[in-house]
Amino acid sequence: MPHVDGFMYPNEIELQWSVLIVLYPFITGLVAGAFILASLERVFNVQAVKPTYRLALLTALAFLLVAPLPLQLHLGHPERSFEMLFTPHTTSAMAMFGFVYLWYLMVVLLLEIWLDYRKELVLAARASRGLKRLLYRAITLGSDNISAASLRIDDRVGRIVTIVGIPSAFLLHGYVGFIFGSIKANPWWSTPLMPIVFLFSAIVSGIAAVLLLYIAISRLRRATIDLVCVDTVARYLYYAFLVDFSLEMLDLVHRIYEADESFRALDFMVKTRLFTSQIVLQIGLGTLMPLAILAATQLLRLAPATRIRLYVIGSVLTLTGILAMRWNVVIGGQLFSKSFLGYTTYKMSFATREGMLPAILVMLLPLAILAVLIKLLPPWEQPLALANQADAETS
Amino acid sequence: MKRSFKDVEHLVRLAACFLAALLVFAIARAALVPKDFGRYGHYRAGALMDVRSHPPKYAGRVRCAECHEDVIQTAAPSRHKNVSCEACHGPLLKHADDPEVAVAKPDGRAGCMRCHSARTGRPLSFLNIDAEEHSGTDPCSSCHKPHDPRPSEDDEVAADEKPGDKK
Amino acid sequence: MTATRRDFLVVGSRLLVMTAATAAALEHVLAETPEAVSTYKTAEHWWAMIIDLDKCIGAGHCVRACKEENDVIDEPMFFRTWVERYHIDMSDPDHPIVDSPNGGIDGFTEKYPEDSGKTFFVPKLCNHCKDSPCTQVCPVGATFVTEDGVVLVDKEYCVGCRYCIQACPYGCRYLDPRTQTADKCTLCYHRLTRGMVPACCEACPTGARQIADLKNPKDPAHEYLRTHKMQILKPQMATGAKVFYNGLDGAVR
Repeated sequence: MPHVDGFMYPNEIELQWSVLIVLYPFITGLVAGAFILASLERVFNVQAVKPTYRLALLTALAFLLVAPLPLQLHLGHPERSFEMLFTPHTTSAMAMFGFVYLWYLMVVLLLEIWLDYRKELVLAARASRGLKRLLYRAITLGSDNISAASLRIDDRVGRIVTIVGIPSAFLLHGYVGFIFGSIKANPWWSTPLMPIVFLFSAIVSGIAAVLLLYIAISRLRRATIDLVCVDTVARYLYYAFLVDFSLEMLDLVHRIYEADESFRALDFMVKTRLFTSQIVLQIGLGTLMPLAILAATQLLRLAPATRIRLYVIGSVLTLTGILAMRWNVVIGGQLFSKSFLGYTTYKMSFATREGMLPAILVMLLPLAILAVLIKLLPPWEQPLALANQADAETS
Repeated sequence: MKRSFKDVEHLVRLAACFLAALLVFAIARAALVPKDFGRYGHYRAGALMDVRSHPPKYAGRVRCAECHEDVIQTAAPSRHKNVSCEACHGPLLKHADDPEVAVAKPDGRAGCMRCHSARTGRPLSFLNIDAEEHSGTDPCSSCHKPHDPRPSEDDEVAADEKPGDKK
Repeated sequence: MTATRRDFLVVGSRLLVMTAATAAALEHVLAETPEAVSTYKTAEHWWAMIIDLDKCIGAGHCVRACKEENDVIDEPMFFRTWVERYHIDMSDPDHPIVDSPNGGIDGFTEKYPEDSGKTFFVPKLCNHCKDSPCTQVCPVGATFVTEDGVVLVDKEYCVGCRYCIQACPYGCRYLDPRTQTADKCTLCYHRLTRGMVPACCEACPTGARQIADLKNPKDPAHEYLRTHKMQILKPQMATGAKVFYNGLDGAVR
């Protein structure tokens, strides 16, 4: 039994939502953020970030595919999870989220990727044989038409999809925030700011993730890093982070000022049980430090190599900070008693269904999927078929 | 710009895929959702019967009175008159259905102490004693019969006074 | 043979009667519902509970009876009903000391010297809220409020997401590790529908817990509610809680 200080209602002592539920908003946050970065180019014509466009879409897809996994591992009866789609309770944010997720996955993300890659996919289908050809034919739905007219239509439809996709991305992660923010029983969660804070921290984490992946993969491919691109992405990261930080500070100041009945209990909890994860990791290392680093890159004239190194450090710290924020919201919200008279502890096991091991695997799986996606749908200039042709010619 | 059907054909195929998926969804839904779902509200009507069919274990005082009216009468002039039989004897439905089933006899001291040992927080009007002061290590039953715990017949109790009523 | 108006009326009325009779019979046959096959009619009842804190002696009989009656799991700390003891030291009234050793199932041990403050017991259970927040958040419809005002859980349908447990302000829900579904007090619905009282009310030695049927004009609860100052827990949450406490101290959380 977890150790209790003070008094907790007997049924509150064991935590209900584990580290897997911490990962879920983190993963969906990365999805929303990566997509918004991609839409910067598509809808707002920020040409500078074009090199990250496809990578951002593939990153979003890789993480979105994994997103239901922590939930399934958590459910008492995952085999009944289809009930959420067949008999959704319309007053439940969790139920409606199932449809937001499906909508976003099928109508926005997959469609946009499909339309953007269709030409290369058809070319790849023409140029490959056997199982690979079958796979590409299946993905292109057997269509062989890549005439200029059809590609123009693709582009127009794609643009509409992206425009629709932006509010969909907002809805995707704003909804996750609402799932917490609408629980009046829990004062740590219940605030109208929650969906907005979640959304902006999602944007921050998504941009940071794509920035990091772009730099890392370019290094691995020994390709040159487009400096204008990373500088622009980093600038957007900085702006988004400033907004996110302001929102979180607003929530904090508001709580301290109003000091309602929950304040003393929550304040004590932050200063003791959440000190490392909130003060040190989320605020210190995870927000103030990357903000300072990003500010430095914006305000000082630094050599490209230094800037790239700082972007890497800044992104890693940012992602750590956003992950810590999810931890502090989910776990923190369950460490104190609703009687405001006590605290419990979270005992994270290792190799159980909801332990640290599956958590680590869940975080690594999207990277594996991304590697496969990059192989199937290369994000960079040379399409697969043409690359094979080029190789054949030079060898 | 002349647009031929060929140029949107791939989109038509995509739309067809979506429709097919929707159809699969509709069929699966019809097959998997329980038929009585939604009859009274957003829940499976059969759940009501599931909950109701749980077998009770406590018989209730009214049931005890069917055979043990004499005990009820014994307790009537005392403060135990409104204490349910099962408060001390535990669940008795099995016994009520089959009198051969034995009835637990509570310990002649521990059973009484659960309610009557002095604890901070007990209303002052409720008869509390410090066990050692009151009776040393003797069992309570040496002076008090559980069904009529009055130490003597002269102890008058108002007919409708419940335990815990303020004096 | 031509059909006359008379024929039409005869045949038509026969058909009508047969249809009505068949429909009634069919409904009876098809009904797996409680209403059609027993005398208990959900529409005739509206359940609530009255707890008189002036009478509670913290004996813990209710906790034990509930666990017995409903096969509530013993380990670890899960309770459908439990008793809390509040001790308020008058020199520090903002910080009550509360305990509930094993839910109060074995009563409470002597702890506080006689004159050091205010001590009392508070039994707690599901409040069977009229505007239940737990029902609002259930994603699949596995928890619901019945027509007679009892909040129940469908164990065959619950997916075990635990959202309802998070949404309950009173801490009355838990996840039953045996069924991996949410669980909580059912107000002994299986007893109410058989004309019996909940096990906790039956077992309480002082009669501090009383079931109330607010739709029954003869229920003594009406008179009691009229003549006593009653409170519910956490009224600011506007849950429409239906467990009414007499003598609830402001310090109770």
